[in-house]
Amino acid sequence: MSARGLARGVIIAFGATYLLLPLAGVLEFAMRMRRGVYSFDAFFTVFEDHRFGDTFLYSTVMALVTVLIGMLIVLPAAYAVRLHAPRLRATVEFVTLLPLVVPAIVIVFGYVRLYGSDSWLPLTDSDFGADALLAFGYVTLSLPYIYRSVDAGLSSMDVRTLSEAAESLGARPVTVLLRVVLPNIRTSILSGAFLTAAIVLGEFTFASLLDRPAFGPFMQLLGASRAYEPAALSLVAFAFTWGLMALIGAIGGRRKGT
Amino acid sequence: MGIGPFAVFALLFLVLPTAGLFIGAFQDAEGNFTLANIAGLMTPIVANAFRQSIIVSGASAILGAVIGLAIAMALAGPGIPRFIRDGLLTLSGVASNFAGVPLAFAFLATIGRLGLVTILLRDLLGIDIYAAGFTILGTTGLTLTYLYFQLPLMVLLIMPAVDGLKKEWGEASAMLGATPWQHAWRITAPILFPSFAGAALLLFANGFGAVATAFALTGSFINLVTILLFAEIRGEVLHDPNLGYALAFGMVAITAVCNIVYLRLRAFSARRFR
Repeated sequence: MSARGLARGVIIAFGATYLLLPLAGVLEFAMRMRRGVYSFDAFFTVFEDHRFGDTFLYSTVMALVTVLIGMLIVLPAAYAVRLHAPRLRATVEFVTLLPLVVPAIVIVFGYVRLYGSDSWLPLTDSDFGADALLAFGYVTLSLPYIYRSVDAGLSSMDVRTLSEAAESLGARPVTVLLRVVLPNIRTSILSGAFLTAAIVLGEFTFASLLDRPAFGPFMQLLGASRAYEPAALSLVAFAFTWGLMALIGAIGGRRKGT
Repeated sequence: MGIGPFAVFALLFLVLPTAGLFIGAFQDAEGNFTLANIAGLMTPIVANAFRQSIIVSGASAILGAVIGLAIAMALAGPGIPRFIRDGLLTLSGVASNFAGVPLAFAFLATIGRLGLVTILLRDLLGIDIYAAGFTILGTTGLTLTYLYFQLPLMVLLIMPAVDGLKKEWGEASAMLGATPWQHAWRITAPILFPSFAGAALLLFANGFGAVATAFALTGSFINLVTILLFAEIRGEVLHDPNLGYALAFGMVAITAVCNIVYLRLRAFSARRFR
């Protein structure tokens, strides 16, 4: 093997080790719970904790609501920009990229101030209001990903011709969106949805500062009070992230094929 | 009309909340204009938090960018089996999204006081990193932890640019009498630089805004801007809401500059090399 080939091998091995070693570390740590022998006790303890199920369900529902609201506001906007108002395209794109510039903690700080107890619209005072605010916050966080996925879908179809065809057959704009546009871009929407889910499921900052019973704050709480269970939880979270990324990969692969 | 709901939403939940903070950053408690809050960013605890944040996100961005580029270049071109390339890129996709609380747990279990690597180093090589002064709660520990998502993110960001390097360019250089070093310095480096610098800036902004990893790892032990702001929102530390707004303003000023330069560099490399 040449010196260059050897160097490449060493660098790749380093990268792979850096990404895999913490997984090995956390697995080994999680299995130390029973004294003297390796066991999966920590995993069982985590799964039996009712807070695991409760908070995970809460965050899953939150992810679904986020995707739904996100699509409801982004799809009509992206569609209108493409068809009727191309001059607004740069502006809309800029706004959807803002959440990558403004850190999440700053956005939630703004919420606490604008929608807190003594504001004009005290959303944080009721459970439903706070849940809604959290969902809106997650929609904001995932705007860049939802917009990009919808926009990629729209650019892969002939929006104008199909819309005009549907309208000349008597379809109203809502019908065009739901029955012509949506079915054509559902694979790109799905990949955006899974990415959103990956962000929302373990999100900590928003949920913690809005005091919501979500999965992220539960993980943090467990980490502050237990030794081995958090390690098990960490692996479960990694597995979920992996699963969601694999789904996105599978969708992307299929789209290329057709 | 289709833009209506989007515009209202963006106004209510993105623009107004953020703008409100920025206005508050330039107001005193009675609502009069003042620069006192911005000046307050120079108080030791706040200035120190900014410095720590810049050090941790800067170090993790630079290390991530350099090592990530090296990995991308090692993966590019012939000679690397397909499954290794695909496997490492998939792993990078997952790892770059694996941040926050669970990442902190993984690193505690690896290089924490009782972590796997800590114990193996001690028992097999006789190196006690904690006795030597290392702690995962410090700047180095946090940088190593951030590197777990920065490094793979860099690989994903830079891979397209590295794949775009043509083998023919190397052959052309060689035929014109250039040494491999000259080729690397005079051809490859200028071509990759805009993408490289842009990606590094993105990594910096990425690390700068991170909250959950640091909080789950250290609690309030390490004084980062995000941790300080987190405590401030919970009403714990500064006892001065307007200083909190200034803190938020300062953070956005820094990430905004990073992103503007990033966009400039991206536009530049797109114009020049496509």
